[in-house]
Amino acid sequence: MGTDIDIDKDRCIGAGQCVLTAPDVFTQDDDGLSGLLPGAEGGADGALAREAARSCPVGAITVAP
Amino acid sequence: MTESVAFPQDRTCPYHPPTAYRPLREARPLSRVTLFDGRDVWVVTGLAAARALLGDPRLSSDRERAGFPMLSPRFAAVRDRRTALLGVDDPAHHVQRRMLVPSFTLKRTAALRPRIQETVDRLLDAMVEQGPPAELVGAFALPVPSMVICALLGVPYEDHEFFEEQSRRLLRGPTADDTMRARDRLHAYFHELIDRKRKDPGDGLLDELIARQLDEGAPGRDELVDLATILLVAGHETTANMISLGVFTLLAHPEQLAELRAEDSLMPAAVEELLRFLSIADGMVRVAVEDVEIAGTTIRAGEGVVFSTSVINRDADVYAESDALDWHRSSRQHLAFGFGIHQCLGQNLARAEMEIALRSLFARLPGLRLAVPAEEIPFKPGDTIQGMLELPVTW
Repeated sequence: MGTDIDIDKDRCIGAGQCVLTAPDVFTQDDDGLSGLLPGAEGGADGALAREAARSCPVGAITVAP
Repeated sequence: MTESVAFPQDRTCPYHPPTAYRPLREARPLSRVTLFDGRDVWVVTGLAAARALLGDPRLSSDRERAGFPMLSPRFAAVRDRRTALLGVDDPAHHVQRRMLVPSFTLKRTAALRPRIQETVDRLLDAMVEQGPPAELVGAFALPVPSMVICALLGVPYEDHEFFEEQSRRLLRGPTADDTMRARDRLHAYFHELIDRKRKDPGDGLLDELIARQLDEGAPGRDELVDLATILLVAGHETTANMISLGVFTLLAHPEQLAELRAEDSLMPAAVEELLRFLSIADGMVRVAVEDVEIAGTTIRAGEGVVFSTSVINRDADVYAESDALDWHRSSRQHLAFGFGIHQCLGQNLARAEMEIALRSLFARLPGLRLAVPAEEIPFKPGDTIQGMLELPVTW
């Protein structure tokens, strides 16, 4: 059972904390904004994705369920 | 509620929170402190409350707002306290931040690693050639981040004596006049450097911002000068202190140092734990613009809020044995870089610099030790970024 991850790119400040915490799930584009790695959506490790969401300084990442 | 404690205070030991903060460490997550001007403000002492409040747009970073708390007389005396980036609220802050973020991504930081390593190696070569003893702040801890931020911004490193001295005065005074004049001198320096770069562009971040200004009309000239000043000062003073205080702390913890030298893969975790443990930027400041409910208390609009990171990062509800230096704990959620929209822009660069500097220093000089008794080594007062004033070492 995968995990739904949503990134609010308008809110993202490019701190890169999600990538540091869960490098197999998140990536940072050249503008510094967070994104999901191909294949990560729906199949990600829920615990690590939630830890990454917690490390986001602006709460831009939501992990459901 | 405990009796109000004076804030900030000098540390008793350079790597622990001041012993006088003991009541604050017990009164979590919120307490009161008294500032130098006699004003009582809120102090946040718990990690969860600090994360919530630093992420709350109802707390402003605008130093020009009525009621904004001042931690020292010299900052209180500064006229025109507008400061780019860290003194700006959203949405204006968001525009500035987005302009800078591409230069501080993990990818860009990783690409700078060889250059950081080269800088570190060159400084260590010079120390070895000169032979022991050495004063490590001047020979290593300060030049590493100074050279790196110069390369990133496109500021000529040959001007380092000037800008290091002005940064020191800006942050530590001692007088308000020192602080104001230092800022004016740095601004004048950047006005002149921008003129030169317009005629003869380089490839630094400053050059990119100048090109952007010419193309888009933004950022404005004064904003550009203000941003450059902040990036230069924040880019070298903070990391220099982390390196000097980090070395001092490691030398005072021989078991942890031995463990680190035996197992290099511990280095990233060790850097994170040192950030938590040392909390060199102790005392982030905000003012409430609306009432905010937190932990059963109401912070009223207009009230000042101080975040004591040295206390927050030793929150015993989050970190077991929080006064111990432990590479095996999970220290990642610390607030050494702040939280919310103002979380440190250069944090990943700082991590890379610390990692490379500490690893290479102890590998190159395995016999590194203090050249004088620890208690004789001067460190910075409580009202500025924490770190060593000098660090006499031998090997």
